[in-house]
Amino acid sequence: MPDTDQTPGPEEIKARLRALRGLPPNGEPAETQDEDEGPGRPSGLGLGMRISVEMVTTIAVGGALGYGLDKWMGSAPFAMVLCLLLGGAAGVMNAYRVVKGLDDSVGLGAAIARKEAKERDKSRGQSG
Amino acid sequence: MASPVEQFRIQELVPLKLSENIDISLTNSALMMVIGVFVALLFFWIATARRTVVPGRLQSCAEILYEFIANMIRDNVGKEGMRYFPYVFTLFVFVFLGNFIGMVPYSFTYTSHIVVTGALALTVFAVVTVIGFARHGAGYLRMFFPKGAPIATAPILIPIELISYLSRPFSLAVRLFANMTVGHIMLKVLAGFVVSLGALGAASWGLGYLGAFAAFSMVAGITVLEFFIAALQAYVFTILTCIYLNDAINMH
Repeated sequence: MPDTDQTPGPEEIKARLRALRGLPPNGEPAETQDEDEGPGRPSGLGLGMRISVEMVTTIAVGGALGYGLDKWMGSAPFAMVLCLLLGGAAGVMNAYRVVKGLDDSVGLGAAIARKEAKERDKSRGQSG
Repeated sequence: MASPVEQFRIQELVPLKLSENIDISLTNSALMMVIGVFVALLFFWIATARRTVVPGRLQSCAEILYEFIANMIRDNVGKEGMRYFPYVFTLFVFVFLGNFIGMVPYSFTYTSHIVVTGALALTVFAVVTVIGFARHGAGYLRMFFPKGAPIATAPILIPIELISYLSRPFSLAVRLFANMTVGHIMLKVLAGFVVSLGALGAASWGLGYLGAFAAFSMVAGITVLEFFIAALQAYVFTILTCIYLNDAINMH
């Protein structure tokens, strides 16, 4: 029996791995592929959970804030109505962030700009 | 069938009432926290007892954990963030152990109580806010109004960003609490099906056994899923802390 059957060289192992992963035998390394599949990007149930939590908490915080303002200034119910609406807007904004995969830092515009810059970097890195 | 929320009941183990309103009794939740802290202490103590250049098994684990959190901070906050490494690391270990101790049968999941996760999240919020104001002074408030946006949008944008900022500790707390609670309730309900369907087994020409088996396989599957979620939620809690720290330190 030839020796190569028992101890495949590193090249052969790589080729076999590529075959198992369903990739063409020779090509770009596949390392960038699983970058998006880390725990940072939840799917299905996790995503739905995050969105619902964001919506509920922002509206609740808005409502609580308005309630507090009303108590403080005696302007019931106007501050609460206003803050509930703003809380709803904030909830939609946060849900939008979750769906778009933007980061959670303050400032929606900045988050979008950062994501775009990141994607530009990525595509540049892949082509160059 | 026992109530599925029975497992979350707080039981006093050592009653300790300082006064009418101050009750610092040792409860099962507190006991689990103490156990968690001791497990962490013991692990890192043993793992770093013999500090070798070529690490042994335990030391490797400790080093991997260190590198994991250190990289998380470096990636999300940058070098400056390493100052807060001890806090982030402690937070991760505490939440992680809380979730995993909860997976041990007959134990108690302290992260399944919103008062615990809420306290952790509010601490994160307070720490981040204090760091932000300490580093940038009143300039920290500038962050709520995006650069380049027309000034007329300020009355809408600022309150929205403010509410979004204020809701952070709540979403952080609710996410961890809800995930842990839901998972444990689901396990309990399905495990209850195993018992009640199994009891019906002989009377229903074996159909009950079939149902019990199906429920049991679900329990087995969900248990694995719960382990995954336990790790994932600890990770999510920590990485969000890092992202919030990044806001306070770098203030884009």
